[in-house]
Amino acid sequence: MVRTLLVRGLLLGLLAGLVAGVFAFAVGEPRIDDAIALEKAAAVHEHGAAAEPGSATHGHETGTPEQRAGTHGKESGTHEHGDEVGRGTQKAGLFLATGLYGLAVGGVFSLAFAGLRGRVGPRSDAALALATAGTAFAAVIVVPFLKYPANPPAVGDPETINTRTLLYLAMIGVGLLSTAIAVTTVRGVRGGPWARWPAAVLAFVVPVAVASLLLPAVDEVPDGFPATLLWQFRITSLGTQLVFWASFGTLFGWFCDRAARAPAPA
Amino acid sequence: MSTLSARHIPLSHLVPWLLAVPALLLLGYLVLMDNGAVSQTGGYLHELMHDGRHLLGVPCH
Ligand SMILES: [Zn+2]
Repeated sequence: MVRTLLVRGLLLGLLAGLVAGVFAFAVGEPRIDDAIALEKAAAVHEHGAAAEPGSATHGHETGTPEQRAGTHGKESGTHEHGDEVGRGTQKAGLFLATGLYGLAVGGVFSLAFAGLRGRVGPRSDAALALATAGTAFAAVIVVPFLKYPANPPAVGDPETINTRTLLYLAMIGVGLLSTAIAVTTVRGVRGGPWARWPAAVLAFVVPVAVASLLLPAVDEVPDGFPATLLWQFRITSLGTQLVFWASFGTLFGWFCDRAARAPAPA
Repeated sequence: MSTLSARHIPLSHLVPWLLAVPALLLLGYLVLMDNGAVSQTGGYLHELMHDGRHLLGVPCH
């Protein structure tokens, strides 16, 4: 049973990851191209063309994107977009990234689903799949997004990447913890839905709000970066995750439903 | 129609499969967060997954 759920989670996660990749490719890549163009322009403006002694072939936009040139690993800290991996390869890598992300998420989701099933949440598998995916999207995606929204290339100081990553992970922890508090609350509160649901929402929102106020802000948008591009990128990024979780939850629930109708295997 | 008790999977059935979780989290880490320290590919893996990282909303650089 657990094995069946895990295999289903891995495969459907991969599939949902590729669906999200299609959305990200169609809607997100133009924004990334715009941001990288701004980044290049700013780098040339600030440091001049001689900023990097090693790479004379900097102007790759005009030439072929296939110039990964086997230099990976040579350069250590700083990363320059498109110098190690061409933009064409990066756009293909987008599908690899969302696909593998879906695989990993789908696997973890299916094991969590196996643990929740019959213990917490709706009784039907399809409803539980949708409720769990929706809750996970709120806790693991929306909560960190509200405090530390996605940024396009050209926004963000490379020096602070480790701090920002830890803060981002901390917000994921806050989202998961708040979910646990809300679930405990909804089970503990007596009274009808009119008492339970507001209590659950409050038990989720209050810890998230407190953590958001306590954790440090990150504000690294360069002066003059177009606000419209920033907004569009952030919405597109949230949209990519929404497409992933909506397709994954629907597919997982649908397959559970289908399996329940079929003659039961051992 | 299955009953609630039939739907509940005993923890003893679940635990061995939880060994997959560290591997899945490592995969997630490599896709979303590694900057060469674990993957040992320099910046290659980061650059390959770069657009995905930004569009999936994790901090990238
Ligand atoms: Zn990056």
